[in-house]
Amino acid sequence: MIGGGLIYAIAGAILFALGLYGLVVHAHLVRKLIAFNITGSGVFLVLVGLPQRMAGTPPDRVSEALVLTGIVVAVSATAFGLALVRRLYELTGKTRLPNDPRPEP
Amino acid sequence: MSKGHLLIRVIAAMLASALGIGLIAAIFALPRPMVGLAALVEAHLEESGVRHPVTAVLLNYRGYDTFLEIAVLLLAVLGIMAFRPVGPSSLHRARIDSGPVLAALIRLIIPLIVLAAGYLLWAGAHRPGGAFQAAAVLGGGGVLLRLTGAIPSFRSPNPWLRIGLLLGFGVFLVVAALPLSEGLRLLEYRAARAGVAILVVESALTLSIAAILVTLFIGAAPSRMRSAPSPAAARPEDNSAGQP
Repeated sequence: MIGGGLIYAIAGAILFALGLYGLVVHAHLVRKLIAFNITGSGVFLVLVGLPQRMAGTPPDRVSEALVLTGIVVAVSATAFGLALVRRLYELTGKTRLPNDPRPEP
Repeated sequence: MSKGHLLIRVIAAMLASALGIGLIAAIFALPRPMVGLAALVEAHLEESGVRHPVTAVLLNYRGYDTFLEIAVLLLAVLGIMAFRPVGPSSLHRARIDSGPVLAALIRLIIPLIVLAAGYLLWAGAHRPGGAFQAAAVLGGGGVLLRLTGAIPSFRSPNPWLRIGLLLGFGVFLVVAALPLSEGLRLLEYRAARAGVAILVVESALTLSIAAILVTLFIGAAPSRMRSAPSPAAARPEDNSAGQP
């Protein structure tokens, strides 16, 4: 009854929670960006895994195609984010948001 | 780490694990869907113009998503060029290996990369593959050419590269709008012409995405950090004396 896709969906949910934790806890913007990407990977895993959570269900091509689109958008958004972080570093010499109250490591 | 920040970490960890457990519970509680899209995709595969279901979804059923995807890529490259570092790029003066082995390897490998990209593009019609995979391979070849000094760095893209960046978006827009002249809706291809339309769009997308990827790499090459002197930043000056 339970299909193999369920394990991917559960792993995706765990990755989403882990990524969210990293996003909140880390002050360094590149770490935040990596954590955000982990969150996105979790969403992709849920999208691919959920349609196959029952045994014998064929893979859902629509969600697979949406995930493919999502990966490309995530990569380009990450590249733009990295460019913004580097610009911030060039202008201020800092790698964190200006209003972050946490002390420098 | 101070006590207050440890407390924040603990609270964040507890909230995140509560969310994770809730999400897993929600996955288990989801009812089985009555209608799946998988059967619908298979049923209309004949009219889509391609034989691979994922390509059919990407370029035909949900062509709108792919159209906006190339728009997002274009916006990202525009944004990155707008925020590109001031000053000379580090790769501009980086020493390039002039040994014969690397040159011979590049001559050997670049045609293979182009061949593999062409195959991936063609294979997309009936098996896993397609424009994005082909463009990733081509883009990797472009990065290799830049790293070995075969193509020059630039401060801003020349007109040809600008056309290349826009080609995929422009061709997709034209092909998507053509059905409008026949009274059909945007992106609504006639079954007889869908295969040609998808091939034209995918070829243009491949060239454009490869150009975008290489532009991202060259255009975003970091400037040398003059403000923070480090061994890595000082090295090029030492070596420049010994260069021909």
